[in-house]
Amino acid sequence: MLEAFNYRVILEYMPLYMQCFAATLWLSAFSLLGAILVGTIACAMRLSPSRVVSRIAGIYIESIRSTPLLAQLYFFYFGLPSLGIMLPEWITGIMALTLNSGAYYAEIIRAGIQAIPFGQIEAGIASGLNYFQRMRYIILPQALGMTIRPMLGQAIVLVKDSSLLSLISIMELTRAGQLLTSDRFMPSEGFLTTAAFYLVIYYMLKGFSGWSEKRLIFREAH
Amino acid sequence: MWSYYFNELMRSLPFFLKGLWMTAAVSGLSLIAGTIIGFIWGIMRSSRNKILRSIIGAWTDLIRGTPFLVQVFIIFFILPSAGIELEAFPAAVIALTNMGACFICEIVAGGIMAVPNGQREAATASGLSTYQQLRYIVLPQAMRTILPPLVGQYVLIIKDSSVVSAIGVVDITRVGWLTVQRIPEGIMVFGLVGILYFVICYPLINLSSLLERRMTVVATKL
Repeated sequence: MLEAFNYRVILEYMPLYMQCFAATLWLSAFSLLGAILVGTIACAMRLSPSRVVSRIAGIYIESIRSTPLLAQLYFFYFGLPSLGIMLPEWITGIMALTLNSGAYYAEIIRAGIQAIPFGQIEAGIASGLNYFQRMRYIILPQALGMTIRPMLGQAIVLVKDSSLLSLISIMELTRAGQLLTSDRFMPSEGFLTTAAFYLVIYYMLKGFSGWSEKRLIFREAH
Repeated sequence: MWSYYFNELMRSLPFFLKGLWMTAAVSGLSLIAGTIIGFIWGIMRSSRNKILRSIIGAWTDLIRGTPFLVQVFIIFFILPSAGIELEAFPAAVIALTNMGACFICEIVAGGIMAVPNGQREAATASGLSTYQQLRYIVLPQAMRTILPPLVGQYVLIIKDSSVVSAIGVVDITRVGWLTVQRIPEGIMVFGLVGILYFVICYPLINLSSLLERRMTVVATKL
């Protein structure tokens, strides 16, 4: 299998790989920012005192968590045109990734907020802090410390999930492997190189996760 | 037009049920094999043998760091060049089993490490063999930590099984993809696909969180 491994082809395709690596990075980065935003909003809605609002967020979160990303991706990819909405593939891709990870971020943030004992919030109210001050000085610093690890874990999942975008013909790392396979029929070179690039991102995020665990010690606060 | 497509879709319902059966077969087989292998690896990972521990650790890192789609492509396209011809179905089951086993391995290892060391020392002092310790002391207690994330992992395996549609396994997602070529109503077709996944995954997610609540209650009582 590997005795015929052709490094020269990989070098030849390196510019393509670097381009696709950059594409995977920015697609994931955009989706990550979007997902954290969507997740925060969905979480705020989920915890809202209004039954209806909370229910809507609940339906969103549960339906996303109970269906595979690929089905959601195809839902938008084939569904939006049938509604007459034509979008470029990469917008559809980012949208699907954002909405998918957003549901998971909502649950992560909720777990972080609910882990804070209610007494602290009551103490905040008693000290005369308003809602934003309580959020800013009491809840968020502690919730962030507790959720940083699962959040980075979800970021890793998101980067890996972005490989599915190759199935709607977006140029990114997995697509580069597919191209090398179809152009030269060299699947080993193609997909092992792709895997190596993903591992670079994975080990970086994993290292950052370990570092943040040591450095960000607000989780000790309670 | 809409009602015409809806009737068409209802007519192809048997096709969707076939896809459902395929999804159940792929994820069911991988789930069983993955649990068995995952437990064996997990026990080895938490053993005292350093070499064994680091080999399994490195392997799970490689698998957890690369997208499942890339793993499927590697098994489906690269193994044949090593002389192992695989049909799409066994390739899918092997890929999914391996990935499931790696995640389950970490869950099991984590559960075993969470059992206080004193338990094992007491068992050694009572003259239990290594096997007996594992069977009667460590695993029953570890199961409490293992079970909730294990069920959650099953949901992930079922959802990830949608990815094997990319190599031509005719599961629910593939059926949706084939149907949408004929019935260009993406929302409707992939709505149905989503509902079919939801019916399987939603009860399992609830079971996982139920177990989590149950198990923590027992733990705090002790």
